[in-house]
Amino acid sequence: MIIPERSRWFPVLILLLVGGLLGLSAPENRSNSQIEVIPQSATPLDGMQAFDQVMQVLTHKRCVNCHPAGDRPRQGEDSHYHNFGVQRGKGNHGVAALTCNTCHQAENNNYAGVPGAPDWSLAPRSMAWEGLSRVEIAQSILDPARNGGRTLAQTVSHLTEHELVLWAWDPGVDANGIPREKPPVSKVDFIKAVRAWAAAGAPIPAK
Amino acid sequence: MEVSFLINGVSQRVDVDADTPLLWVIRDILDLKGTKFGCGKAACGACTIHIDGEAVRACAYAVKFAEGKSITTIEGLSVGDKLHPVQQAWMEEVVPQCGYCQPGFMMATAALLEKIPQPTDQDIDDNIVNVCRCATYYRMRKAIHRAAAIKQETR
Repeated sequence: MIIPERSRWFPVLILLLVGGLLGLSAPENRSNSQIEVIPQSATPLDGMQAFDQVMQVLTHKRCVNCHPAGDRPRQGEDSHYHNFGVQRGKGNHGVAALTCNTCHQAENNNYAGVPGAPDWSLAPRSMAWEGLSRVEIAQSILDPARNGGRTLAQTVSHLTEHELVLWAWDPGVDANGIPREKPPVSKVDFIKAVRAWAAAGAPIPAK
Repeated sequence: MEVSFLINGVSQRVDVDADTPLLWVIRDILDLKGTKFGCGKAACGACTIHIDGEAVRACAYAVKFAEGKSITTIEGLSVGDKLHPVQQAWMEEVVPQCGYCQPGFMMATAALLEKIPQPTDQDIDDNIVNVCRCATYYRMRKAIHRAAAIKQETR
């Protein structure tokens, strides 16, 4: 039987279309993460929903490891103190002859398992999040005295555009070649949530 | 990818994969064997070199980042026949045992003395975190203080 040209390709097109849709619907965050990516609703977030999503990211180890309470960064999935006694130093870039850039460069090095991104450094002490509740972190990032003098708009830009922040979704592999865990909310949904939270007036729950 | 840089005062251009570790380029292409491979994970410091005066672990440094930079390896630490104070102190204190890790320590120390000319024991502990399996740390500490003194004397 001779099948017309268009009909022969039709089943293939259907398969490609279905496959493509399945691919598009797969969660972005699929490394070795033990945490399931939370599917987000297509409907706009209200301020509190947005707060919840933002905080799921800001309390994640990819953020908190470099927002420590003291002068020593943490590292790894168990947030242990950074190996080699690495310290904050005066400018948050390590000590005189052992700066962050002794090992960390502008992008991940997946051969050595050393993470990297532009401006790799510790958050200043005023921006310590380790040990804080979600409410306390939110208060901190809205407080110009502690957030580096940023306005809300500048905070939104920092959270949604800064390459070091966005590194959390491209964290590379560790020294054993194991992918680092990403935050439980996708980058796209985090950016949407930050913007929605700010648009709603950056509400903070009572507790 | 072609990458050009200055290494020990000599201009070099290499054509390698952009993500090749600089350590590979230094040892295998430029044939400067003084810088050692230790762990390959930026953990031990055996591969420490200077890039624009800063201590860097060459095993975790992609060669593409070296474009236009000035690199110093252990071969370039002395000036002609004149030993660097760190080299002189290392000899005076007979620091090395097997010697494998020592170039990394010496490069890290040279970088430290540029930043902190008279380091305290605490400065040494904070800044020199390389690993020596022969545990020559005690002699190294003495040599670092001696190097600081030599550097001061020769100013």
